[in-house]
Amino acid sequence: MENVIIGLEIHVQLNRLQSKMFCGCSTAYHDSPPNSHTCPVCLGLPGSLPVINRKAVEYGIKVGLALNCKIEEETLFYRKNYYYPDLPKGFQISQYDYPLATQGHIMILGDDGAERNIRINRAHMEEDPGRLVHAGTIDKAKYTMVDYNRCGMPLLEVVTEPDLSSPKEARVFLDKLKSILDYLDVFDGSQEGSMRIDANISLKGGDRSEVKNITGFKGVEKALSYEITRQKNMQRRNIKVVQETRHFDELRNITVSIRSKVGAHDYRYFPECDLAVMRIAPWVPTIRAALPELPDVKRERFVKQYGLADDHAKSLTSEIKLANFYEAVATQAAPKLAAVWIADVLKGELNYRDLAIDCFREEHMAEIVQMLEKGKISEDGAVQIIRELLDKKSGSPGEIVLALGLGRAEDDAVQKAVREAVAESAAAVADYRAGSERALNFIVGVVMKKTRGKADAGEVHRLVKAEVEKV
Amino acid sequence: MLSELKSKLLAESCEEYLCQLFDRIEKSSLNAFTTLAKESALKEAKLFDKNPGRGLLAGVPIAIKECISTKGIETNCSSRILRGYIPPYDAHVIERLKAEGAIIMGKTNMDEFAMGTSTETSCFGPTKNPWDHTRVPGGSSGGSAAVVAGGIAPCSLGSDTGGSVRCPASFCGIVGLKPTYGLVSRYGLVAYANSLEQIGPLTHTVEDTALLMEVISGHDERDSTSATGTRRSYLPGLQDGVAGLKIGIPKEYFGEGVDSDVEKAVWAAIHTLESLGASWQEISLPHTRYALAAYYVIAMSEASSNLARFDGLRYGSRQGEDKDWHTTFSEIRAKGFGPEVKRRIMLGTYALSAGYYGRYYLKALQVRTLIKEDFQRAFKEVDLLASPTMPIPAFKIGERINDPLSLYMADVFTVPINLAGVPAISVPCGFAERLPVGLQLMGPHFGEGAVLRAAQAFEAATPFHEAKPEVV
Repeated sequence: MENVIIGLEIHVQLNRLQSKMFCGCSTAYHDSPPNSHTCPVCLGLPGSLPVINRKAVEYGIKVGLALNCKIEEETLFYRKNYYYPDLPKGFQISQYDYPLATQGHIMILGDDGAERNIRINRAHMEEDPGRLVHAGTIDKAKYTMVDYNRCGMPLLEVVTEPDLSSPKEARVFLDKLKSILDYLDVFDGSQEGSMRIDANISLKGGDRSEVKNITGFKGVEKALSYEITRQKNMQRRNIKVVQETRHFDELRNITVSIRSKVGAHDYRYFPECDLAVMRIAPWVPTIRAALPELPDVKRERFVKQYGLADDHAKSLTSEIKLANFYEAVATQAAPKLAAVWIADVLKGELNYRDLAIDCFREEHMAEIVQMLEKGKISEDGAVQIIRELLDKKSGSPGEIVLALGLGRAEDDAVQKAVREAVAESAAAVADYRAGSERALNFIVGVVMKKTRGKADAGEVHRLVKAEVEKV
Repeated sequence: MLSELKSKLLAESCEEYLCQLFDRIEKSSLNAFTTLAKESALKEAKLFDKNPGRGLLAGVPIAIKECISTKGIETNCSSRILRGYIPPYDAHVIERLKAEGAIIMGKTNMDEFAMGTSTETSCFGPTKNPWDHTRVPGGSSGGSAAVVAGGIAPCSLGSDTGGSVRCPASFCGIVGLKPTYGLVSRYGLVAYANSLEQIGPLTHTVEDTALLMEVISGHDERDSTSATGTRRSYLPGLQDGVAGLKIGIPKEYFGEGVDSDVEKAVWAAIHTLESLGASWQEISLPHTRYALAAYYVIAMSEASSNLARFDGLRYGSRQGEDKDWHTTFSEIRAKGFGPEVKRRIMLGTYALSAGYYGRYYLKALQVRTLIKEDFQRAFKEVDLLASPTMPIPAFKIGERINDPLSLYMADVFTVPINLAGVPAISVPCGFAERLPVGLQLMGPHFGEGAVLRAAQAFEAATPFHEAKPEVV
């Protein structure tokens, strides 16, 4: 979009880690009672001290490298001071100067179909605050409770430059980022609130607004679209857009002002002296060497190695598990056919049922593709097998073919049935010659009956038509 | 002496000794203890009498400053805002003490959140100096010093952010050590200014301090600023004397503002060390005059952040009705903190604010570096430095409390040590009109060995540590 300037700040919970950012508490708190995953450190009890989770820093560096960032020689933590009931120390340990990673970039497909370079300003680590639970709705609650289980969860904040130019591009960027995080195995997006986004948006020449704490990529797209309309309307009416922080109301799909720049926080950042400066440069070579093949590289390889169409390759490489699934199938069955069936059919059936790829077995998919390849089953039959496997969660493709009688009749049997059917259906043949296309359907029906439905209907239609015209 | 006490406890009864102490505490008018752990202490004493154990401090009762976290014993930093807070965990030093068989007697009075030089800012009222009940015991670990000097506890722990162990040791005529930053774990020490402070012992003798250091020092992985490396030992070599030791006399620590009796006592002490085989030379710590300003900017900045957690939501006192969280927090903090704490939070908040950070906080950090370099340069020439601990003897209760600047000025010789992170001890070295005077000996980073050795040699050659206040 012309004249639209968007920058994102993405808070990613590094929830594949076992323990919190500055203490030994477990990160697996999601199904636990409130305040059961806490200790003196994450509760900020007087006298407690933080200790850096080195694994978390390692994960942060991993992401930084995957985003093509420069990793600082040394990194240090700062205190971000503000009061809020979910913040037990009255400050959040975060980073300020010398963050883990700076000056990165990733490529995305822009609205105009061309590749666009989106610059990453920085990626830094911080701790998540706790969570407020209101009794009822936020405006009518008589009281509010605090759950500190989330407190101290390791967060990585990724900040982009204002390089995005439409809500859709923002969405594409987020999908790409999520895919990279998925490949690095540092992040599980299925957990509630595991990725939260602040979006900065302005129209060229105007002040920017910041929409805070949006969960979900659709939400980002909607919030940004609303903001563009709002800011354009203001411009049209010659009202100045003021720099402010806004909240996205998911129910009403609008943004509302929280505070203007005048009321902006002064976080009084200063170094966290309880933590030592960390020299991280020496860690980089090992972490870099262990980086997995990332989505873009994998996609290109799939195109080259398996001769896939680019959109199939892209679809198959969006998630690491899906990509691995595909590769496993492609070694056992025709790679191109496998790509079509996994990307176009299986993925859709999984999405429809809200299931992940691990719900389907590689060898089953390979078997299905092999049968398709050899013409042993029809395309309709293949779809039916996939659905059956997903819904019944038992059996194998071979068993299902037998049980449902999906085995495709041999070609000469079909040919024979067609000849017989045409010979037996003189009236229908006459109708067809008189101009009724639909008369063929009757003959097709006879053939299907003769072959007990094992023939491919489309194929039979073609054969019948040819036979009738021959006579 | 703790070694004598240990033999006595073995020969006689720990329970009986402890009962005597608690009797004296109840009769004492020093206002030095805030919380007593009589029940648990007597239980421990009974256990000791049955089975003494072999810990370095087996059966030895010890008093603990209010700001050191003790599991099951209220830890309130002598502040209204933390009244009623009973920690669910022990500080590292408490774990160490318990592991070596020490018995926690209770908690001692202090300036609120360790902010003060006189123990007058406590919500429990001032502690009295055992040498003169009209005078302050020094601060902020005034209670910990007074209980030892007043004979109601054999030893204690304090904490030293800008002189808070050494000042009361000096005012009360006992020994107090501020260890090298990182030598003793701060895990469980309620933070006032976390980049400056260390827990340290207060005892009658240098040997007792060495013994306590033996117990409380050492690496703790829960404190990321805790020094790693081999465990250091302080008792072996303690008696090796000062022959050949070079002592620097920082000229900035003498002269204007120093009480003449104090200066006289300290010079006499330097000459005593000389007579024991040490040599002395004048040296300069040229940035000393900026230390006080830098110290207060750094300490207050850190304090403004460290004390942000006290909002009454999770622990401590919570009075009045709940309103919206912002109003509730503000009211709890307005009621809970005393005036000196509020002053320091406000000044620290100001110093860290956008637009002032560079002018105050960063500038103070630069000064801190210069001061550190002063000490590094000095310790290339000499082994130790000697000075008065405090420029004056104990002042009257109420005399300075309404003049914060004059109180801050009293810390002039103690705060540079915290800025530099080096160790320093205060040992009794005489009297100024019947009030104890302390000699401060400073060493390089992790130079506790030399500091304690010189202090021990001085103590052995002088009678000052034997002097006891008449009134208790």
